[in-house]
Parts: sequence; structure tokens; C-alpha cells
Amino acid sequence: MTRTWAKVERVRKCGSLAGTCSRLAARTLFVAVWCGWLALARPAFAVPTSIFEPASPTAAAISELFYLVLAITGVILLLVGGMLLYCIVKFRSGGKATHEPPQIYGSQPIEVAWTVGPLLTVFVLLMVVIRTVAETRQPDLTSDTIHVRVIGHQWWWEYQYPDLGVTTANELYIPAGTESRPRPILLTLESADVAHSFWVQRLSGKTDLIPGRQNQLWFKTSQVGVYRGQCAEYCGAQHANMLLRVVVQPQRDFDDWMAHQKRPAVEAAAGSAGREVFMSHTCVNCHLIRGTPAVGTVGPELTHLASRATLAAGVVENTPQNLAEWIAHPQDVKPGCNMPALRLTPDEFRDLVVYLETLK
Amino acid sequence: MSIVADTTRQPATDWTTVLHGWVTTVDHKLLGIMYVVSGLVFFVLGGIEALLMRWQLFAPNSHFVGHATFNQLFTMHGTTMIFFVAMPMIFGFANYVLPLMIGARDMAFPRLNAFSFWMSLFGGLLLYVSFFAGGAPDVGWFGYAPLTEYTFSRGHATDYWILSLLVSGVGTIATAINLSATILAMRAPGMTLDKLPLFAWMMLIDAALVLFALPPLTAALVMLLLDRSCGAHFFDVQAGGSALLWQHLFWFFGHPEVYIVALPAFGVISEVVPVFSRKVIFGYESVAAASVAIGFISFGVWAHHMFAVGMSPGLDSFFAGASLLIAVPTGIKVFNWLATLYGGRLRMEAPMLFALGFLGMFVLGGLTGIMLAAAPIDWQVTDSYFVVGHFHYVLFGGTVFGLMSAFYYWWPKMTGRMLGPKLARWHFWLLFIGFNLTFGPMHFAGLMGMPRRVYTYQAGQGWDVWNRWTTVGAVVQGVAMSLFIINVLVSLRRGAPAGDDPWDAWTLEWATSSPPADYNFETVPVVRSRRPLWDLKHPDDPDWKHE
Ligand code: HEC
Ligand code: HEM
Ligand SMILES: [Cu+2]
Ligand SMILES: [Cu+2]
Repeated sequence: MTRTWAKVERVRKCGSLAGTCSRLAARTLFVAVWCGWLALARPAFAVPTSIFEPASPTAAAISELFYLVLAITGVILLLVGGMLLYCIVKFRSGGKATHEPPQIYGSQPIEVAWTVGPLLTVFVLLMVVIRTVAETRQPDLTSDTIHVRVIGHQWWWEYQYPDLGVTTANELYIPAGTESRPRPILLTLESADVAHSFWVQRLSGKTDLIPGRQNQLWFKTSQVGVYRGQCAEYCGAQHANMLLRVVVQPQRDFDDWMAHQKRPAVEAAAGSAGREVFMSHTCVNCHLIRGTPAVGTVGPELTHLASRATLAAGVVENTPQNLAEWIAHPQDVKPGCNMPALRLTPDEFRDLVVYLETLK
Repeated sequence: MSIVADTTRQPATDWTTVLHGWVTTVDHKLLGIMYVVSGLVFFVLGGIEALLMRWQLFAPNSHFVGHATFNQLFTMHGTTMIFFVAMPMIFGFANYVLPLMIGARDMAFPRLNAFSFWMSLFGGLLLYVSFFAGGAPDVGWFGYAPLTEYTFSRGHATDYWILSLLVSGVGTIATAINLSATILAMRAPGMTLDKLPLFAWMMLIDAALVLFALPPLTAALVMLLLDRSCGAHFFDVQAGGSALLWQHLFWFFGHPEVYIVALPAFGVISEVVPVFSRKVIFGYESVAAASVAIGFISFGVWAHHMFAVGMSPGLDSFFAGASLLIAVPTGIKVFNWLATLYGGRLRMEAPMLFALGFLGMFVLGGLTGIMLAAAPIDWQVTDSYFVVGHFHYVLFGGTVFGLMSAFYYWWPKMTGRMLGPKLARWHFWLLFIGFNLTFGPMHFAGLMGMPRRVYTYQAGQGWDVWNRWTTVGAVVQGVAMSLFIINVLVSLRRGAPAGDDPWDAWTLEWATSSPPADYNFETVPVVRSRRPLWDLKHPDDPDWKHE
């Protein structure tokens, strides 16, 4: 009786002192970790392609699910890892032992417990997963849904707006709708050659573009901006440079853009010499410029090339120098790509660039 | 143990004699060593490929190797590590140890055994010959159609890849037949299936998995070969074939394959943890039963590699559920190992260090596996560096750490010499640190949106910092593995003599000499419990009283 009392007494005394110390330590640790996080980790995680910066409800649902699963697996890690470390620290042997420790062959109740526990955890997880799958996959479409056909090519993207009669390449423009009613976007994903995958981290998880199949991907966002992404299924030589750019605009800007895209190519006097060069070379076999004799479909449509921010699926910025470099040496800018270098005179190159720059 | 001198045979000093001996042998011990050595040589090759990749990715927009080389590097690295490192090393240890462990004279089919080894080795050589025949394959280790079709993959690199996997696959299937026959039919008197050492149990399940998983791969490879060389159209979409068919066939093999290389590591851990904790395994029956469960479930989860191909929500949920379910038997085994440690007297020698490293790293890999099994999370992180981090935690932290543990554990039996304990500790700690530096940051790169299999990336996306750490870690691992190789070479020349039973262990292989004589045991041992040597060492309190 007395022994128990003494023990409790001592624990209580230690308790007050240890309590103060540990509270202090915990607070210091908390502040330190938080400062460290702000200083080092936060910037490292706030990047333009992070899955933790969702800009659409579906991407947000996935990032929330991630946090939930992270918490559950974190608890498991603490339990199992803690147990492992405890065993290592507590039971490591020093010198030579003279006798073996007690042999324990098993225990049915314990084994049942650690079978049923995980089973229940897994069941809960599965329920959450099924709910998120249903939530994110079921398209929340409206009558004003923007429908885009996305066709993957080795190593660039083609975008067709069947309802609006417009085709573009490499930069996907979509309207944001309004804050309260974002316009749903429905992408039909197809491939012209091998498998690719459409992945714009902040807008949605990835979905593959598989030849011979039509996949669908939907999302909506009210946040205007430029979203980066990238092909995420290995598709050959330039898989690393098959980049994605999604430009989300306010509805009015999008309508202006669309109206502009519907027009055939601009015919400016400045470009006439270059136009001649383009039309008299094999460029026309591969590229389409609406309103001209160039009707190729092997490469990206160039009708409004100059209105794009980047060249060759995001590899370089669309500047006159880069454009000149690209046309003269596509195999240096994007080695292995399907655009050959053509033999032209320096004058022809200059005229060509001038012409392409007029394709606003 | 002395052998009556065989006066008719000359001592094998002449190197041609030695070579002749190696090439013509059908002895399970020699073949086992040859398997392990070939695995180590390919490990060095695959490691060099990994280091070259990491050098390229150290910084954004790097020009160390171009796209063509890089794409060959990851294809060769992945194919090498899975088929010509993990599998041969596993079969090597199984070959060497299993017959000894169950008290057999040799494998059930010694000639078939030699055939298997040579098929495996020739498969690996065939893969590497491609470097000199116009370039190595560059289609990735799972070679998705139609990128592998002739239209998109000219030349013969992909044909080498197909033939290499076909040839080695035949050897693998033969090994599985051999292993299961050996375990089922050659056990010492008294060793009923419920007294089988757990390593043997795992290898039995492993062999069953091989027998069901490899044939679909073989079939798919033959179909692909027909497509490429005879104009068949199995996977050729333009001609009405199916790109998805390949994915289903491949992953029907590919997911069980993950367990084919993991189960033997579980087996090693189930031997090493008890011996170095000085305790009997906790819950023998449930460890074996959980492994059988894993074997069955592993055939029902393959499409979790295909969550992004656009399956129906129902299928997504099914495969998510099945994949999550596999965590339960896996967890049971981890708990059993932990319970074995609990209350033991842990000896921190090299095999145990790697076994404990295995436990920690495999649990981490398993937990990121749970994240990937949650289909919506997978849509974000599949085919990103997160996956590369995850599977290295299970393949390297799991399989390779398990194999390292096996190496330190059984090397004294195989050579009669100990490995240096000091270098071993350096090897472990450097590898452990380098490993986590390499593959930990990969998870973050993936979460920040970095896809896998990219030979370059642009700056300013927040990926640089993770990639730098990864490369630093890879170099540290390279140093660690060099120490290991030095240790092996030093031990061969002047390692301390091991004696028959250096670890004071309990299974039959420790009852014979190190290295064992040709015939393994002078008299066939009789077994009464799961730990025959425990019974021998503790006649007062033998195991069979408790089982
Ligand atoms: C054999 C077909 C072929 C020919 C001939 C060809 N191109 Fe291309 N071109 C392509 C392909 C394919 C791409 C996409 C490359 C990539 O991003 O991987 C491309 C891309 C381009 C781009 C960048 C488009 C964008 O959206 O960023 C421009 C500009 C271009 N080509 C101009 C030309 C000009 C000018 C000529 C003639 C001198 C020409 N091409 C000849 C196939 C061709
Ligand atoms: C030194 C240790 C290792 C390092 C530094 C390393 C590094 C890498 C890197 C950089 C990639 C390419 C990722 C990409 O570009 O997508 C990769 C892929 C891969 N690694 Fe490793 N690795 C190591 C060991 C291993 C081991 C031991 C195994 C298996 C037992 C393994 C199996 C694989 C597989 C299967 C792939 C996928 C290849 C593919 O995408 O086709 N690696 N590794
Ligand atoms: Cu692609
Ligand atoms: Cu790609």
C-alpha cells in the first residue's frame, strides 16, 4: 500500500517539473519546425506543378484524400516504426549472453487483433476511396460545357473544339466561367501514334491517351491563369519535352480569342516573300495554315502561330530568334522530333521567320 | 569434416580445369554461387546505368547524356535489376541453401538446374549484346505497345529485349518447377510441411507464383515478336490490334513479379530475425498462411498499374480494394517479425543490420503503396517520381536489403570464411543513408509534378533541389557498394575461418561443414521440429515439445 503511494507521489512531483520542461520543449520545437517549414520547405512545395496547389474541385478532392491517407499511414508508421526502434534500443544485447531469452511461439488473441485491426482500417480507407472515385469521375456537366478533342502526337498536342470549329496546337485555351459557376471542361483524349498521358497537376489527375481508344477527362476551374503540365506516359525520344500549357481566361477574353482563332490566317504584306518560301517547300506537306494552300496534318497547325507563347510543345519561348533557331535546327532544339531541318538560304530563313511572325 | 582422398582426381589448379568444372557442373552449390556472382556482376552494370542517369538529372537542362542514351539507360537499368539481378540472386541463394536446409542431397533435377542457370545468364548477355548491335532497347522495362511495334521502334534493339526476356523466362520457369519439386519431394525424414523452415515456405509460394505469372509474359512476348517480325497485329492498333491487351498481359505478370522478388526476402528475414534475436519466430503458422494469402491476392491486383488508362469507376474501386487488402497479410508478417524481436536479445551483426534495415524501409515502401492503391491519388502520382521512389523502397529497401542480409548470413557457409564486420557496418550505414537520400527526395519531386523517364527538365519548377539530393545519395550508395565488393574480395583471401555454425543458428544447413562437401550430409538428418539444431543444443527443452 505504502509503496504504491510513494510511487504515485514521486510521479506527480516529477510530473509538474517534467510537464513544464516538456511543454517548453514542445513549444520551442513547434516554433522551430514551423520556422524551418516556412523558410525551407514551404517555398519548395509552392511550385507551379504541385499537386498540393489544386485549382479545380477534382484536384482539390484528390489533394484532400492525400492528406487523409497521409495521416492514416503516418499513424501506422509511428506505431510500427516506434515499435521497431523500441525493440532495437531495448533489446539489443551487450556482451556474450549465457542463456537464451524466453521462447514465445505465438499468441492467438494478439494475432487475431493485428489481423482485424488492419482489416477495419483498410475497409474505412476503401470506403473513402470509393467516394472520391465517384465524386471525381462523375462529370458535373452543363449545357455550356466546353468540349475539346485532345490528340496526342509524338511529341506535341493537337486541340480541336468541335462545337466551335477551331483547331490549335500545344496551348489549350479554356474559359473560367464565373467564380460561382465555373464552366465544365470535357476533354476527349485520343492518340495518333503511341500512348501519352495528359497531366496538368493543378487541374486534375492524369488520364492516358491510348491509340484506338477514346478516354474522357473533365474538370472545371474559376481561377484564371496559366497552368503547366507534361505528358506523363513514356512515348519515345522526346517524352521529356512534350509539355502542356493550359491557359484559363475570363469568359470575355476567351470569346475574343475564339473569334480570332476562327479567322483564316492573316495576310500581311510584310510576309509575302516568306509566304512564297513556305508554300514552295515541304512545309506545306506537314503544316496547315487556313486560307492558304498549306494543308498538311503531320505537324501542328500554324494558322495563328504567332499568338502562341511557346514553340514545339513548350520547349522554348516563342521569340523571333527562337523561331529562327527552330526552323533552321529543329533537331538541335528538340533532338529526335519529327520535324526535319530543311536546306534553305539565309535570306529564305529570314523571310520565313518574318512571315510566320505575321501569323498573329 | 574429412573426405576420403580421391586419388584418381588431380587437384584442380589449372584454370581450364576449373573453368571446365564450372561450365559442366550440375551441383546445386556451385550453380548457386554462379547465380549469385552473375547477379552481382549485373548489379554493378545496372548500378553504373543508374549513376549515369543521376548524373544527367543532377541539374536542369543538363547535357551529360542525350535523350537517346538516357532512354536506353532507364530501360536497361530496370530490365537488368528485375530480371538479371533480383531474380538470379534469389535463385542463387535458394539453390545453395534450400537443399541444405531441408536435408537433401541436391535439387530434384540437377541437370535442369544447370540449364536454368545458363538460360538466365544467356538472357542477360543477349540483353547486353544489343549495345554492340546498333543500340540498346529504349522502350522502358514494361515496353508498352505500340511503342514497341516496328513502326515506332526500328532496328533490332527491341527484338533483343524480347528475346532476352524470353530466354531467361524459360530458365525461370524451369527453376520454379525444380524448386517446388525439391521442396515437395526431397525433405529429410520427419520434416513435414508444417516443420518446413520459413525460407523454404516462401520459396515454395514463390515458385508457384512464377509458374502462374511467367507464362502470360512469355505469351505476350511471343505475340510481340510475331507482330514485329511476321506482321501479326496483336498490339498494332492501326491494324485492329489492342494497345491495352499488352498492358493487361504484362501486368498480370508484372504485379505477381513484385512479390516473386519480395517473398524470398521475407523468407530471409524470417530466418535471420529469429536467429539474431535468439527467439523462435512468433506465429510460424500465420507467417506461412499470410504469405499464401499474399500469393493469391497478388493475382487480383494487376490493374492498379493501369488506374490512368480510363477504367470504369467500378473497376477502379475493385482494384483499389484488392490492392489495399494485400496490406493486411503483409502487415501480419511485419507484426510477427516485430513480435519476434520483442523480448529477444538482439545481436547487431551484419545480417541483422540489413534485416532491420529491411523492416524499416519495406514498411515505408508499403505505406506509399497504400497511397498508390487509393486510385484517385494514383491518378496524380502514377508515372511520376513518386512511383520511382515507392518502388525503390520496396525493390531496393525490401528485396536488395533482404538479399544483402542473406549474403552476410550465408557467405560463411558458402566459403568457410567470415566477411569483415567493420567494413560490413560501414557498408550498411553508408548504404542506408545513401538509400534514403536517393529515394526519399524522389517522392517529393513526384508530388511536385515531376514525371518519370524524363531525360531533362526545365529550371524553376522546384524540382532542382530534390534531384540534387537524389544524385548525392546515389553517389553515396555507389561508395557503399564498393566497400561491399572490397569486403568480399578481402574475405576470399584472408577472411577469418567461419566454422560450421558461426551464428549459433538452428536450421539444417548449419549442421554440416562450411563449405559443405559434395554430398551435403554424411548421414541423412532426421528432423523432429522446425529448429532441429535448437533441439540438438537444448536437449532439456526441445522445440518439438511446444509445437
Ligand atoms: C515532315 C514534316 C514536317 C515538315 C516538312 C516541316 N515540319 Fe514543322 N513541324 C513538324 C512537326 C512534327 C512539328 C512538331 C514538333 C514537336 O513539337 O515535336 C513541327 C513544328 C513546327 C513549328 C512549331 C509549332 C508549334 O506549335 O510550336 C513550326 C513553327 C514549324 N514546324 C515550322 C515549319 C516550317 C517553316 C517548315 C518548312 C521549312 C516546316 N515546319 C516543315 C513537322 C514538319
Ligand atoms: C544505386 C541504386 C539505384 C539508383 C540510384 C537507381 C536509380 C534509378 C533511376 C534514376 C531510375 C530512372 C527513373 C526514371 O527516369 O524514370 C530508375 C528506374 C528503375 N529502377 Fe532503379 N536505381 C537503383 C537501384 C535499383 C534496384 C536495386 C532495382 C531493383 C531491384 C531498381 C529497379 C528499377 C526499375 C524497375 C526502374 C524502372 C525502369 C523503367 O522506368 O523502365 N533500381 N532507378
Ligand atoms: Cu507523350
Ligand atoms: Cu510522353
